[in-house]
Amino acid sequence: MEMIAILGSQGLWEAVLRIATPLIFGTLGALLCERAGVLNLGIEGIMAFGALIGWLAVFNGTGLWTGLLVAALSGAVFGLLHAVLTVPLGLSQHVTGLGITLFASSLAYFIFRLSVPLAASPPTVRPFQPVELGLIGDIPFLGPVLSSQTAPTYLAFAIALVLMYVLFRTPLGLAIRMTGENPHAAEAQGVNPVRVRFACIMVGSAMMAMGGAFLTLSAFNSFFPTMIQGRGWVCIALVVFASWRPGWALTGALLFALVDAYQLRLQSVLEDSIPYQLFLMAPYIAAIAVLAVTARRARVPQALMKPYRRGER
Amino acid sequence: MSQTVALRLSGITRRFGETLANDDISLSLERGEVLALLGENGAGKTTLMSILFGHYSADAGTVEIEGRKLRPGNPRAAIKAGIGMVHQHFSLAENLTVLENVMTGTERLWLPRSRTAAARRKLLDLAERFGLRVEPDRRLGDLSVGEQQRVEILKALYNDARILILDEPTAVLTPPEARQLYQILRGMARKGLSLIFISHKLHEVMEAADRVVVLRRGRVVAERRPAQTSKDELAELMVGRRITRPVRAQATPGEMVIEARNVSVRRRDAIGLRDVSFTLRAGETLGIVGVSGNGQSALGQVMSGVLAPSAGELIILGRRITRADVPAQVRAGVGRIAEDRNHEGVVGELTLWENVTLERIGLRRFSRFGVIDRGAARAWTQEVIDAFDVRGGGPDHRTQLLSGGNVQKLILGRNLLAMPRVLIAAQPTRGLDEGAIAAIHSRLLEARAAGTAVLLISEDLDEVINLADRICAIVSGQLSPEIRAEDADARRLGLMMAGDWGMEGAQNAV
Amino acid sequence: MRFELRETRSTALIIGAPVMAIIAALVLAGGLIALAGASVIEAYRFILLGAFGTRSSIAETLTRATPLILTGLAAAVAFRARLWNIGGEGQLLLGAIGVAAVGAELTAGLPSAFAIPILFVVGAFGGMALMLVSLGLRQVFKVDEVVSTLLLNFVALLFVSMMVEGALRDPLAFGWPQSVPVADNATLPRLMERTRLHAGLIVALLLALVIYLIQARTIFGLQSKAAGFNAGAARFAGVPLGRTLVLVACISGGLAGLAGAIQVMGVRGHVTTDISPGFGYSGIVIAMLANLNPLGVIAAACFTAIMFIGADGMSRAVGVPSFIADVTVALSLLTMLVALFFTQYRVRW
Repeated sequence: MEMIAILGSQGLWEAVLRIATPLIFGTLGALLCERAGVLNLGIEGIMAFGALIGWLAVFNGTGLWTGLLVAALSGAVFGLLHAVLTVPLGLSQHVTGLGITLFASSLAYFIFRLSVPLAASPPTVRPFQPVELGLIGDIPFLGPVLSSQTAPTYLAFAIALVLMYVLFRTPLGLAIRMTGENPHAAEAQGVNPVRVRFACIMVGSAMMAMGGAFLTLSAFNSFFPTMIQGRGWVCIALVVFASWRPGWALTGALLFALVDAYQLRLQSVLEDSIPYQLFLMAPYIAAIAVLAVTARRARVPQALMKPYRRGER
Repeated sequence: MSQTVALRLSGITRRFGETLANDDISLSLERGEVLALLGENGAGKTTLMSILFGHYSADAGTVEIEGRKLRPGNPRAAIKAGIGMVHQHFSLAENLTVLENVMTGTERLWLPRSRTAAARRKLLDLAERFGLRVEPDRRLGDLSVGEQQRVEILKALYNDARILILDEPTAVLTPPEARQLYQILRGMARKGLSLIFISHKLHEVMEAADRVVVLRRGRVVAERRPAQTSKDELAELMVGRRITRPVRAQATPGEMVIEARNVSVRRRDAIGLRDVSFTLRAGETLGIVGVSGNGQSALGQVMSGVLAPSAGELIILGRRITRADVPAQVRAGVGRIAEDRNHEGVVGELTLWENVTLERIGLRRFSRFGVIDRGAARAWTQEVIDAFDVRGGGPDHRTQLLSGGNVQKLILGRNLLAMPRVLIAAQPTRGLDEGAIAAIHSRLLEARAAGTAVLLISEDLDEVINLADRICAIVSGQLSPEIRAEDADARRLGLMMAGDWGMEGAQNAV
Repeated sequence: MRFELRETRSTALIIGAPVMAIIAALVLAGGLIALAGASVIEAYRFILLGAFGTRSSIAETLTRATPLILTGLAAAVAFRARLWNIGGEGQLLLGAIGVAAVGAELTAGLPSAFAIPILFVVGAFGGMALMLVSLGLRQVFKVDEVVSTLLLNFVALLFVSMMVEGALRDPLAFGWPQSVPVADNATLPRLMERTRLHAGLIVALLLALVIYLIQARTIFGLQSKAAGFNAGAARFAGVPLGRTLVLVACISGGLAGLAGAIQVMGVRGHVTTDISPGFGYSGIVIAMLANLNPLGVIAAACFTAIMFIGADGMSRAVGVPSFIADVTVALSLLTMLVALFFTQYRVRW
């Protein structure tokens, strides 16, 4: 009974939105890269670096939004690195992405240790505060759930809408999609696939880094190594689940967050009978299960992971 | 028909290394005219069109469009001057809609919103005007190949093309679709567009063109109006050569080695086989001619044990073939030459000895209990190298370092040195120079003389006439009735390859 | 600027590539050390000192290299056949926990000569099982093995955590979450007195040699190589692609699982969730640095071990965070990728 009662609790839905936010950023970022035809497995490390650098900026006195911006810029820089290696050089996107992840996350830990001396409890910053919603806050149930959210959560939803619009309603979006489907055709029609790919990887990586920064600037208030916990890989799986559509990416992230938030609460209910690790596994196993169900019929961008060289087919 | 010249090519010459792909070609296209460019594979048609569209630049010669010289080597300039090209392999994206495919790149990139409504109107308008019915919002991948081709044509028209070039437009179409296409093309010409299409199908050329230009070995050899010529004459012009068969021993067919009865192969992405029947005996060569992409791959693969027949009965060396089993095929004594050296024939990154022995590595002479006897493998490779004059590396060199001709000699050698009872030779000399071709031909004749049955699948008519005892054509996955090589002449082979089997060939069938 | 495929690749280029890559990574990492306010030369001196300075530091470096050789081999074997096994970490963990489960009591009565090989096999099976899950997902459901192996790493870690806090918890560990220890008969013999260096190193070196011989001398080695480079040609030559892939997955997963087993039996004696400081992930770098050559893996694993062990000492001496080792190793993967590119292509301006 209690297992169902959890679904009606306000706390659960507050947590869903909070847990979903970094996933939305990350999934949309990965989706943008893949729409242009490039898999970006640097996501896990880029999120870690974004989490650190955003937090570090705020820790050193900048505003929270500046921190988020710094994180986004750092993401774009790693994106540029990934783009240089995978687009003109055409290196394996798998291995390059993993290299970026290892590099970005170890660099984040290095910088963290360098700038913050070892202490018993990690230093904290004052994170984003919930947004005052005025009248909306008075709506029963929904009001309090929304009132507990911070501005970056709204930003994530806004980015999803913008991405949806750009991809499907503008010439730029069409150029991006054509580049991911058939860069030769794009080139023949006057679109420069190399430029499109560079731009998408950089912007997408910036989004990933913002997802990381949300963790240190809103969900928590400090940085610690291993805080990303495979969220980046989950985002990669969610892109497949979403069949490369931003709206579905949003839905997928929310569903996934629901599983995660639900298992967290279920743990406290069923504490003694079932080991908590089984609950913690649930999100990862859910991600794999979702892939198993959707991977076959997902509409993969046809040029995904295929390097583009002019004149070569 | 107005008399203004839409397009004039003068003195176009283009070399690729040793070969002269285009040799001083001049031709002109009038407004509202449909010109057919007829020629065999390798006659230089595609090179010529690529120069026209700016993919390559010519070594000499000029292209003029409506009296103005075209900047060479620049597709963008060609599009702007009003040339639209419809490639044999479409430049389309399956996951996008028809309208999206057409619209890509036609608007300024930073426009805040695509003008979809206007684009849809323009597309429907063009479709209406030229009789190319399409549904703008269908996903391209859901369309038939014929419909996709319409989209490709519309894409060119959407960019205001006035001269359309179509490269083998019917190669991928079914006969009714092809007929419909040519009607549409004629209609487009009546409305003032000028068209060039490349083909080697005689009846289509006769039916659809106002004028036919025949290319052979990079030169214009003839120009005809359909009313003044016949399929027979065109076939002979296209193939051109006097048939001189080398003097060679009469075949002495021995025991039956391959019996195919109504063998079919279904393939999703390419033409398969439909009800193919033939027989092959020891010591003879059956040549299969045909225009590329008509089921040769499927035929070669099913005979090589890589694909299983989906229907019919196939007996090779007394064994009924029901599934794909390469090792069994090799053990039984079937030698196999893959049609694509680099994608199927060898693994470039491996050494010569590894490639020479890969398909026979399980035999006792090369391994024991899964461990390779490298000494034996190297020695055998050296034998192949010596016997077949493979140059460019020893057994331990990477195969990538060899030239195409030497790779092919290596492949032939690894098969023939094993004394196969049957040899499946798919495109054995494709892309090789004259010297290598001659070497390979003499090897194939030797093998035949030694009693090997050879199934020769080739697009090169000379090759088939020189080597084969009997000849069939393959068209859309079906085999034509066969003729004896002595009865083969350019005209008859041209007709057979065009799918024009008539029944005059049948009475001579063996 | 254009890139053109080289017709030939000289041996100098092939050996030079990893050397150049490592030098480039060290130079870049040197920039970070300088940024941290330390003398770069001093720092590298202390790294070398930390890794080679004393008898025990050499032993420690080799001890660290042992699991790295195995995870490096695991990645190299898989990558050669174009099977992207990124799950070395999880496979290692499962191997380790399997050994703890069996080695504490089940094999306790056996002589070492039986117990140790049995536990090796148990460990290898643990890793193998996890890898086969990913291969199955790929073959049946078309799930990209990169993503599934990555995600399964977390599942494996949680599983180990569950075991060391639950079924396999050591009741004598004062409440620490660690597994029951393996019995003494399963402890690997020491190679050097008063150090942690154990016979696992010999096993790892032998396996590198064995894998090298398998790849160079056996039908399976030849076939898996052919399948990896050019699946179309391999199929035409009659290579059983599916079976080859399963075997490759078993070997790859098994090696990673064995790394876990050896770490338990040689170093720790029991399992904790932090038994692997990223050995599985380092294995990927090592395989790439070795250009997938099994013997090269030994050298690459040593380089990585030197960086990690040396960086600890360096960190204590000059105060640069020891994470510099992780950064250098990750950088060397990226520089190696670029170096490999230039062994294949030349630049035309």
